[in-house]
This record gives sequence, C-alpha cells and structure tokens, in this order.
Amino acid sequence: MEQLIEIMQNLHPDVDFETYEGLVDDGILDSLDIVTLITDINDAFDVSIPAEEILPENFNSAAALWELIERLDTV
Amino acid sequence: MNFASIEFLAFLLVLTAAYYLVPKRAQWVVLLCGSVVFYAFAGVVSCAFLLAVIVVSYVACTVIGKRQRACADWLNANKELPKEERKAYKNKNKKGNLVIVCIGVGVLALALIYAKFVSSYFGFKVGESGISFGAYALEIMGISYYTFIAIGYMLDVYREKAPVQRNFAKHALFVGFFPQLVMGPISKYSDVGEQYFVPHAFEGKNLYCGAVRVAWGFFKKLVVADAIAPAVGAIVAQQKGGVFFLLLCLFYSVRIYGDFTGGIDIVLGVAEMLGIKLPENFNRPFSSKSTAEYWRRWHMTMGAWFTNYIFYPLSVTKGMQKLSKWSRAHLGTAIGKRLPVYITTIVTWLVTGLWHGIAWNFVVWAMLNCLVLLVSQELEPLYTKFRTRFPKLHASMPYQTFMAVRTFCLMGLIRVFDCYMNVPLTFTKFFSVFTTPNWGALFNGELFSLGVSAVSFAVIGLGILIMWGVSRLGKDRPLREKLWEKPWLGNLALAALIFAIVVFGTYGLGYDASAFIYGGTFN
Amino acid sequence: MKKRIVSAILCAMLLIGALALVQAVLIPSRYDNREGHLLCGYYDTTDAHDVIFVGDCEIYEGIVPAVLYERYGITSYVRGSSQQTVWQSYYILEETLKREPDVKVVVFNVLAVKYGKTPREEISRMTLEDMAWSDSKWHAIRASMTEEESLLSYFAPILRYHGRWSELTLKDLANTFDKHEDITHQGYLMQTDIVPVDPDDTREPEALIDSTLPLVSMEYLKKMQALCEQYGAELVLIKAPTNSVKYYWYDEWDAQIVEYAKANDLTYYNFVGMEGELGLDWSRDTYDAGLHLNVYGAEKLTVYLGKLLQDEHGVQSRQSDAELDALWKQRIEQYETDKQKGENDS
Repeated sequence: MEQLIEIMQNLHPDVDFETYEGLVDDGILDSLDIVTLITDINDAFDVSIPAEEILPENFNSAAALWELIERLDTV
Repeated sequence: MNFASIEFLAFLLVLTAAYYLVPKRAQWVVLLCGSVVFYAFAGVVSCAFLLAVIVVSYVACTVIGKRQRACADWLNANKELPKEERKAYKNKNKKGNLVIVCIGVGVLALALIYAKFVSSYFGFKVGESGISFGAYALEIMGISYYTFIAIGYMLDVYREKAPVQRNFAKHALFVGFFPQLVMGPISKYSDVGEQYFVPHAFEGKNLYCGAVRVAWGFFKKLVVADAIAPAVGAIVAQQKGGVFFLLLCLFYSVRIYGDFTGGIDIVLGVAEMLGIKLPENFNRPFSSKSTAEYWRRWHMTMGAWFTNYIFYPLSVTKGMQKLSKWSRAHLGTAIGKRLPVYITTIVTWLVTGLWHGIAWNFVVWAMLNCLVLLVSQELEPLYTKFRTRFPKLHASMPYQTFMAVRTFCLMGLIRVFDCYMNVPLTFTKFFSVFTTPNWGALFNGELFSLGVSAVSFAVIGLGILIMWGVSRLGKDRPLREKLWEKPWLGNLALAALIFAIVVFGTYGLGYDASAFIYGGTFN
Repeated sequence: MKKRIVSAILCAMLLIGALALVQAVLIPSRYDNREGHLLCGYYDTTDAHDVIFVGDCEIYEGIVPAVLYERYGITSYVRGSSQQTVWQSYYILEETLKREPDVKVVVFNVLAVKYGKTPREEISRMTLEDMAWSDSKWHAIRASMTEEESLLSYFAPILRYHGRWSELTLKDLANTFDKHEDITHQGYLMQTDIVPVDPDDTREPEALIDSTLPLVSMEYLKKMQALCEQYGAELVLIKAPTNSVKYYWYDEWDAQIVEYAKANDLTYYNFVGMEGELGLDWSRDTYDAGLHLNVYGAEKLTVYLGKLLQDEHGVQSRQSDAELDALWKQRIEQYETDKQKGENDS
C-alpha cells in the first residue's frame, strides 16, 4: 500500500492520496495519468490490470486501487 | 425525419401519447415502433444498414452469452478440479469469445468504414446548383453513432460488464432508439439498457422538463446556431482573412456549440419526456480551464468510448507493456515512461480524427489536439509549482476566467480546421491575422455584408447571453428542474422560449420582399 | 396541481395571443404591391354575373368589366391573379360557381397552361392567401404547394413570414390592423402608363426544349370544362394579345390548344397577331413594352371580345334591370374617374 501511494504521489505531488476519494470523478486522474499508473503498478506488483477493470470505481481512491491489485493477484 | 420539422413534432406528440396510454409492459414496443417509423424516413439503404448492425451485434452477443453461461456451469460442476485446470478452461473459453467479438467488431467497423468512405461513387448528383458531377459517399443517417453503440455493447458483453439481451426486439431497441440515431449520445447498455424495458408511469415533471429541454435545444439551434451559419459560410466561401479569421473562430464555435449541444438537448429532452435518462454528452464545455478538461466535458460519450475501447485496451496490451519496460531500460525513465503513453494517445486521436472523416484536415485537427494535450501534460509540474507558489492568484476569479478564455480560444483555433477543409489555406488565413489584420472591417460595415444583418447579430448576441445565463444558473442542478418547482415562472419561461423560436428561429423559407412583387420584376 | 394546470392554460393562451399579434404585424401588408390583393374584392360583391373571366395577368390587365357593361350591358367579373396556374384557376372558378351557379359563360385565358408546376412560391402564396377559406382553397393549396413549403404555414402564416422580423418598419406596425381596400375594378387592375414596344428590339424568343404542354395543366383544363358543364355554363378559351419575346406564345402551344378545343368542342380565340382586327397600337396600348396591355389596349380587347360574347355566345344585356343598372353606372363612373386620375398622374 505504501509503495502504491508513493507511485501515485510521483504523479501528483500535491494530492493527498491516502485519504482522497473521487480521484477520477473529480478529474484529478485523467486517462494519461491512469495509463502511466497502470504501467507502474504492473511493473511494481507483477500483475496485469486488464482494460475492463479500468473503471472509475477502481481508480477513485488509493484503497480501491489496492483492492483491485489484491484481487488480481489472488485469482 | 428532421428534428426541426412539423412532422417530427407531430410524431413526438403521437408517440408520447401512445407511450403513456398503452399498458406499461408494452411501452417498449411503442418505442420500438416509433424508432422504426422514425428511421423509415431515412430510406431503404439506411434501414438495411441499421438492421444489419443490429443482427450482427445480436448474434455475437447471444453466442458469447451462451458460451459464458456454459463456462460458468462447467466451473460450477467441476469445483473439485485443480485451480490451474479450471483457470485454463476459463481462459480457453475467453479466447473463443475474443475471436467472436473480434469478428463482430470487425464486421461492424468494416461496414462503418465502407459506408462512410469507401462507398464513394462517381456520378451525377442533382443539387441546388443544378446537376453536378463528382464523388459521393453513401448517406446513411447516424451510422457512426449506432455502430459505436453496438460495438461498445459487444465489448461490454465480452468483458462481462453488461448482461446479454436475448430478446431480439429489445436488443434492436437498445441499438436503434430513435432520438440518438441522429447525433448520439453513444449510450452504454449498463447506463440505459434496462430503462427502455421497465414500466414508466406518467409524470408531469418528466413531461415538463423534457419539453423545456427540447424547446431549449431548438432555441440554441434555430435562434443562435443556424442564424450565424450564413456568416460562417460567407467567411469561408469568400476566403476572407485577417480579423475575419478571428471572427470565424468565434462564429464557428458559437455555431457548432449551438448546433451540437442544442441537438443533444433535443435528444435528451425527448428521452426525458418518455421517462428515460440518456447519458449527458456535454457538461458546460466552454467553462473548461484546460484542453484535457475540455475533452472531458465536450462530446463526453464519444470521448469515453474512445478512452474505454481504444485508449485503455491499447495501453494495457502485452506489446505496450513490453515496450514500456524496454524503453525504460534503454531510454531512461523520463522518456521510457512517456513513450507508450504518447503512442497510445496519438493513435487514439488519429482514430478519433478519422472517425470524423477521412481527410487531412481531420488528421491535423486530431494531431493539434493531441499536441496541446501532451504539451500541457508536460507543463503540469510547472503549473503545480505556480499553484503552490501563488495559491490566491490561481484561485482568483480573473485568473480562472483567463484560463477558460484561453482554452476557448485555443479550441476555437483548432476547430477552424474543419471549416476550411483545407489545411494550407487554414494556415494562410491564420497568418493573415498578423500580416493584414484589417481591423477596420469591424466598423466600416463589412461585418454586416456576410449575410447576417446588424439586428440579427444583436439577437444572436442576446441569445448567447441567455445561453450563458442558463448555463450558469444550471451549474448545480438543471435550470428546468428549478423551473418545475415554480409553476407560474416555469410555464411563462416555456411560453417565452416557444415565442422566441417561432419568431426569431431560422426555419422554413426565408423572406425576400422583392420576390413577392410580381409585376415589378417583369418575369 | 390545480395551480399548474391553471398556469399552463393561461400561459398557453398568452403565447397564442402574443403570436397572433406578432403574426398580424409580420404578415406583409402589400400596399406598395398593386398585385397583392386581386381576388379578395370579389367576396364583397353581392350581385350576380353572366360572364366570369379566369386566368393570370393577361386577363386581369386585359379585360375591363366596366367597359363590357357600358358597351353591351354584359355583367361580368375578372377572377385572375399573378401567375395564376390552371389548377388555381380551376379552384377559384369552383368557388365562384358555388356562389353564383347561374353564370352563362366562363372565359379562360390559356397562357398558364405552360406551367406544369407552381413557378414561384411567393406569387402562388399571394394568390392562395387572397382566397377566402373554403373547400376550394384547401384543394388549391394542396395542388399548388411546392416541396419546401409546409401546409401548416397557410393556417399560421407566421411560420412563413417570421423572417420579416429583422426588416420591420414603423409602417408595418401602423398597418397591422388595416383592412386592404380593393383597388381593382371588378377584378380588372388598371394600368395607365404607356411604354411602347421598342421597334428596334430584334431579340428572338428562346427556343423551346419540350413543346408538349404539361399534362397536369391539360387535365385541369378538362376538369374546368366538366365543371362548367355541371353548372350549365359555356367555357370559352382565349389568348390575349402580346408583343414581347418574354411570355411568348409559341405556335407549338397554340396548335395544341387549337387541337384540344376542336376535340372537346370548345371555342378558342387567339388574339395574338390580331392587331388589325382589334385596332391595337403597340406604341400606345401597352404599359411594359408589349408584355401586357394598358388600359387603352384592354378597352380595345374588351370591346372586341364583348361583341363575340354577345353575337356568338348569346350573352344578353342586363340594362333593363334598373337596380343593377344603377349599380353598374356607379362602377363605370368610378372606373372613368380612376382612369382620368391615372392619366393625369402619368
């Protein structure tokens, strides 16, 4: 989780990712950010996030994203 | 059927009445019949295309659905098998589904490309200016919209994000619901699908809000957009440069905004009258403070479609991920990180541009959008620094307004490319602003020689002001919903809107006093 | 809920009232346009006519009912309007015969048979809007409407004229509720100017691409004859004299009308080229260089045609009816006064 926050912080240093909800809905993460993020995550956690999981609800907060990573890891 | 016609209004009246009078479980049948009638006006070829798209997507979706159910049953029945075996079975099933979905999408994409671009034929065409010879494409109403709806639905079914509609007639209604056949929005089954089929009780609020929205759409289109259209046409046709280029940017922005958002207002308003909520396509786009924001607020369903079905899938392909790893290792993180994102962005925009039409001006238009997006992405750290250094200035009204105006101007400039339909000419005219601005034209009456009189400009200006006011007032919640709560004001507003459309709207035959004098012209 | 319905009804009424008011302002008052109201005067007449003339400009500028009465005691009315097509003439005749079924002779000027469809929407609309509402008007609209027009605009003319808002003047506001006065003399539109035919004009009429007269016109001609038979009136065809390359009456067309008249047992008088018999002088008897007759030419044509109506078609004098005679004397006086006034002006 800490590693994830770090990756996200690299993208937008001025956002408090630990608590923020609605990253996609509020337009903080745009599609370019999301793709960069996915590449980083795939690399760091050795998962592969498929296109169909790129949904607002999975990217709205760091917690949701972490949940997604765990889910993908266990299957 | 043209939205701005008596036939359409009569059609809408009959449809709405029938919709609320029939038994609730038959309401969707009324919608289906209405869609058939509506589309029948477009001609046989258009109907054949729509039907083909419906059949192909239906077959693909039902076959995939069947395979998915069979797979789930097998997995349920074989719970005791080792995980790897189960996973292998599922993957094999999914690969099969992928083949089917690829065939379906491929067929529809080819049909779209064929209809839009390849079908051009050479021959005679009877037009306003007599008979001319040239190349013509098949004119198929709304093909880019319903094909995108159908493709999106097939992909959603494949991704298990949408249920399979096994009733052919219901599937046909989802793909071909009549209001969105003209200019979108590109709806998703998960957003609207079930809405068509559940019962809708009559509600005064839906009818009122829908009607107000339809009238508002007509106002934007007929009183503002179509009224300024002659000036846009004249500047392009007369190849006026200098200050007229800037005016063209402004006028064309007004025209396209009024026409497109007005049209969508009519579409969504019609649906609202029937108790159906289609996805919004615009969210006050001209108040955007950056290009990226603009593209999240303008033609939203198209943007979402390209993002979901082209940009993301392309980004997460194995090849892209590999490229990403490779480029990071060999080109350093700075470039390596950007390369894949840049490539996918460029490809997505290229497809977006070509979707609008196969022509260089659309390619240039797409690449300029892309360029602005990527440059602002790169400048983001600078902005962040600025924001943190001067938080007060950044949040101040003048600065926020400046950013909105800047974005508006930038998008206006880029948009002009589909006005001239000629890339070198657009650049020539752009540079003429600096070489021969001819500012005097604003004051010597030349402005009023564009086919729009001074008094018409005044009404258009007033219309723009009203549009701006309504947009502001509807920031938190649509104005029509607020008006519904105040019956007197609300009904008066609707009456005033209809009055303005009837009197000031651009429709029907124009009035030319001299044409009504018979003897005077001696012919 | 009640408040909603009441406010909705009141606002709807307000809207309709406002639109009706604005419509009254927007409909062009054709004061400056002499051809604007040629048909409507007829609806104010109460006396019967023995002869009805139908057709286009050649008839409303070529036949003078006042002169016809003065000379022969024949009572008549001209029901013509600008570019009045054959189907419009048919429906106008239909409404006329419904009002007065005892008409003896109907005279139709054949120039308009050349039109297979409405030539100009604006002019056609002037004719149609000038008709009083009736079955005939409805059918006339249906038959005349061009593709771009909407039927509704005949019931709500604001849909046609709304574009005038940008050129309204104070005069339009002032004229909003004025009723148009009839400037015709029993349907005759007086032209007192003299613009002689240019003897040096050597232009040739345009060559005809297809000389066959449009089927639709010939069919309405047939219907017109049937209509006359139904009311026991005789249909007479005429072609008024002209001397211009514009609105040229081609021999090919004439031959078809001659043929048609013969086949259907109709009388057809072609006055083109009959200057000698009519006593027509093209340096004096036209107001637009030979295209149309002015009042002097029209009087000559009327006198000639009146003789034929009296001798060949048995139309009798009504001068023995004292009341009617007094009415016509008044009309003749008005005609003479206006003619004198026109002469002085020009």
